[in-house]
Amino acid sequence: MKQYETVIGLEVHVELATKTKIFCGCSTAFGGRPNSHTCPVCTGMPGSLPVLNRKVLEYAVAVGLATNCDITRYCKFDRKNYFYPDNPQNYQISQLYLPICRNGYVEIESEGGSRRIGIHEIHMEEDAGKLIHDEWEDCTLVDYNRSGVPLIEIVSQPDMRSAEDVIAYLEKLRLIIRYLGASDCKLQEGSMRADVNLSVREAGTDRLGTRTEMKNLSSFRAITRAIEGERNRQIDLLESGGTVIQETRRWDEAGDTSHAMRSKEDAQDYRYFPDPDLVPISISDDFLEEIRSRQPELRTEKMKRYRETYDIPDYDIEIITESRHMADIFEAAAALGAQPKKVSNWLMGETLRLLKETEEDPEDIRFSPENLAKLIDLTERKAINSTVAKEVFEKMFRENVDPEAYVEEKGLKMVSDQGALRAAALEVIAANPQSVADYQNGKEKAIGFLVGQTMKAMKGKADPGVVNQLLKELLQTTSGSQETGRTFPDAGC
Amino acid sequence: MEKTEILRLSAVGLGAAVRAGKTTAVEAMEAVLGQIEEHDGEYRCYVTVDREGALRKAALVQKRIEAGELTGPLAGVPVALKDNLCTAGMRTTCSSRMLENYVPAFSAEAVRNLEKAGAVTIGKTNMDEFAMGSTTETSYFGATKNPRNPGHVPGGSSGGSAAAVAARECFFALGSDTGGSIRQPASYCGVVGMKPTYGTVSRYGLVAYGSSLDQIGPLTGNVEDCAVVLEQIASYDRKDSTSLRREDTDFSRALVEDVKGMRIGIPQDYFREGLDPQVRAAVLKAADVLREKGAVTEEFDLSLVEYAIPAYYTIASAEASSNLERFDGIKYGFRAGGEEGLHQMYKKTRSLGFGPEVKRRIMLGSFVLSSGYYDAYYLKALRVKAMIKEAFDRAFAKYDCILGPVAPTTAPKLDASLSDPMKMYLGDIYTISVNLAGLPAISLPCGTDGRGLPIGLQLIGDSYQEKKLLRIAYTYERTGQANMKTLGL
Repeated sequence: MKQYETVIGLEVHVELATKTKIFCGCSTAFGGRPNSHTCPVCTGMPGSLPVLNRKVLEYAVAVGLATNCDITRYCKFDRKNYFYPDNPQNYQISQLYLPICRNGYVEIESEGGSRRIGIHEIHMEEDAGKLIHDEWEDCTLVDYNRSGVPLIEIVSQPDMRSAEDVIAYLEKLRLIIRYLGASDCKLQEGSMRADVNLSVREAGTDRLGTRTEMKNLSSFRAITRAIEGERNRQIDLLESGGTVIQETRRWDEAGDTSHAMRSKEDAQDYRYFPDPDLVPISISDDFLEEIRSRQPELRTEKMKRYRETYDIPDYDIEIITESRHMADIFEAAAALGAQPKKVSNWLMGETLRLLKETEEDPEDIRFSPENLAKLIDLTERKAINSTVAKEVFEKMFRENVDPEAYVEEKGLKMVSDQGALRAAALEVIAANPQSVADYQNGKEKAIGFLVGQTMKAMKGKADPGVVNQLLKELLQTTSGSQETGRTFPDAGC
Repeated sequence: MEKTEILRLSAVGLGAAVRAGKTTAVEAMEAVLGQIEEHDGEYRCYVTVDREGALRKAALVQKRIEAGELTGPLAGVPVALKDNLCTAGMRTTCSSRMLENYVPAFSAEAVRNLEKAGAVTIGKTNMDEFAMGSTTETSYFGATKNPRNPGHVPGGSSGGSAAAVAARECFFALGSDTGGSIRQPASYCGVVGMKPTYGTVSRYGLVAYGSSLDQIGPLTGNVEDCAVVLEQIASYDRKDSTSLRREDTDFSRALVEDVKGMRIGIPQDYFREGLDPQVRAAVLKAADVLREKGAVTEEFDLSLVEYAIPAYYTIASAEASSNLERFDGIKYGFRAGGEEGLHQMYKKTRSLGFGPEVKRRIMLGSFVLSSGYYDAYYLKALRVKAMIKEAFDRAFAKYDCILGPVAPTTAPKLDASLSDPMKMYLGDIYTISVNLAGLPAISLPCGTDGRGLPIGLQLIGDSYQEKKLLRIAYTYERTGQANMKTLGL
């Protein structure tokens, strides 16, 4: 068989995190009773007119700047005309002729090192509503809550060669856009959607093969599977003497396969033309400067600064800066006086563990840096032991409780009463003669059982290290020497 | 006051009489409703008359006038609205089967401005379907007749509004003008009509035909009413991206009887073949009258006039083909079929819901926007549009206003136009350049032809120069040269 190269370009739709829709004042909140976030504009009532939400322009320009694009200083909206019930006007307001951003790139790490993936353009457009088929009534209903939610479409150059490249590119875009706060970029919830344009060609040739476009890819796994499947399908076709048809295909995740939706011949004529209801946008120097000055520190700069500022390993820096939200928590907690490495440990350990458990992203972290700093302080002061700390952390992770108040309220502070601890230890010694004997006969491990029993008697509110020390000393006294009235050293509670 | 006495008042005159306590908003409304009762069976100016609502609102407005809450010139004055202006709770049909029972949830900004001023809506006037036509004969509800001579059309597309003003079935009306749809029916019916500078009146709530050309404007019995109404409806509106912020909308201050030294250009291109000799004579006579009043007139070549019609029908139809896509049977309005699937439902609904002229323009517009033709037609039309604007700019470097006819003829007979659409389109030759260039223009009576049909004089101004037009029009009107008789009173 011949050697084939896969050529991939992506069209990525990103839902912008504006509070209101692109052309009206309706809420963009996800969910909500059907058609409760609608008005005459986003339901296409006669006589209604669109007015551009300035925030959409700001986000689009911010993403363009962060992806090294040229910003189109005189840009326009165009109408894309097609009939479908999820589109209340039967045209979508989008940008064809003068998109807001062009000629950018992002860098990805791939096998051969760092590589640039070109961005052909980024344009602004409105999302459509949702059709809901009622099987019971055998009718289709339409919900326009999503109609008019702002999107940007990021169109890449055909610069990717593998599923790994595609995932690296998407992860990079997601990271940048999340850093900008322009979107939460969740594939599962549809706030980030990727259509894959793929073709194959014999290795070594320059000419592009006929491409197909794959839709309905709602996870990185689906994207990877779809790329592999489509690559193989096209190669099989060519190897068996067939030709690839330019068409749009739909990925069926459950069936791990795809099927054709429409071919180029069925392609509609969208009759694009400039929307006369929206005036052309002239981007002033001031506007551009304003956006530029508001651009947050992006990851590369942040990593560099962390290396210079914090005494934590590179590995930690890499993980923490994968999410701007997590990095913000890290910095704020460190600024409150918590030791950076301790903060990093909590974030990389328990936080990531619980996020995985709850199937959430670092962006979803709810606890405040103040509370994390307080928790670290409690453990530093040995006011709580590490087991209790984990328990408190979990509560804080879920409900952002104040750890000090919570420890106080639940009585989780370590017991500092020497007498109580000593009494409990003596009781445990008296009740477990076998273990005591074992220990005294040289079985060092037996002390562990006694520590556990004492901790249990103390309801966990003691420092296991201190308990260990105390038991050893008590057992020493009860064995050999008959010394009495010895003062035990301060347990250090 | 007597009914006939009330009906002889202008809108501003009625407002003053109501404020002075000589009559009331309710009396005025009753007079108008009586007039409608008497004549509208014949003229059919209205698609919808909200009798009870109008009387109820008139009573409320009267109370507010008496309480001193409403003091403006139009408080208590009954108004007729073209049926493409959205009115909350009152059906808005665009004279189409498609929207026969469509009741909007909100009112157009211009309508709200009038309501705030205390004007009281009588009902909705007939028009060419979706404002596409020049005779009001493409209405799904049947043609309106010209009150000056019921064997003739009232013009269009705002024919119902113009006829209602002429027949005193309202004190003033609003229309919309995309290619002459206010000025031409005003001319045919012997009333005053004005299309303001694009962006002066908010388009929010105007059911769009050609969005880049549409403007709402007044149809009134005289120039003073025109200025006052325009002053009330003009406003900057954040809901309309093409709305202008203007400080100079105090149009009633332009009502000055003085044109001394004003420079008036007379485009020779507007007086060539195709122009009815009687229209030509009346318009040139009006120029003489203004010269006698001290204006300076001069003939010049405007150029490009012949390119305006194809450019206009390309741009307006392109926009219309897209604007009218929303009428699909899904969300509101007429729906046909549905059993055979979505595609068939769309097809049937739009085939049966739209009339032939609307379908013709949708097809024309779809064609000029289709892939492969876009550059050759639509983009070329946009270039012509830009060149026309430049030609006007050159003219307004020399003149305060351009004077010419509104239409090549007086009102044609009923049933004489639709069979030859090209001829009907050519009738727009003097009005459409104004829309392409976004300029203000006013149409006012300047005489009648041998059959007693009104002839209109058109004054075109540079952007933002409505005041100059109103001043010239007011001065001309005050000479008493061409005042139309009040009908049927």
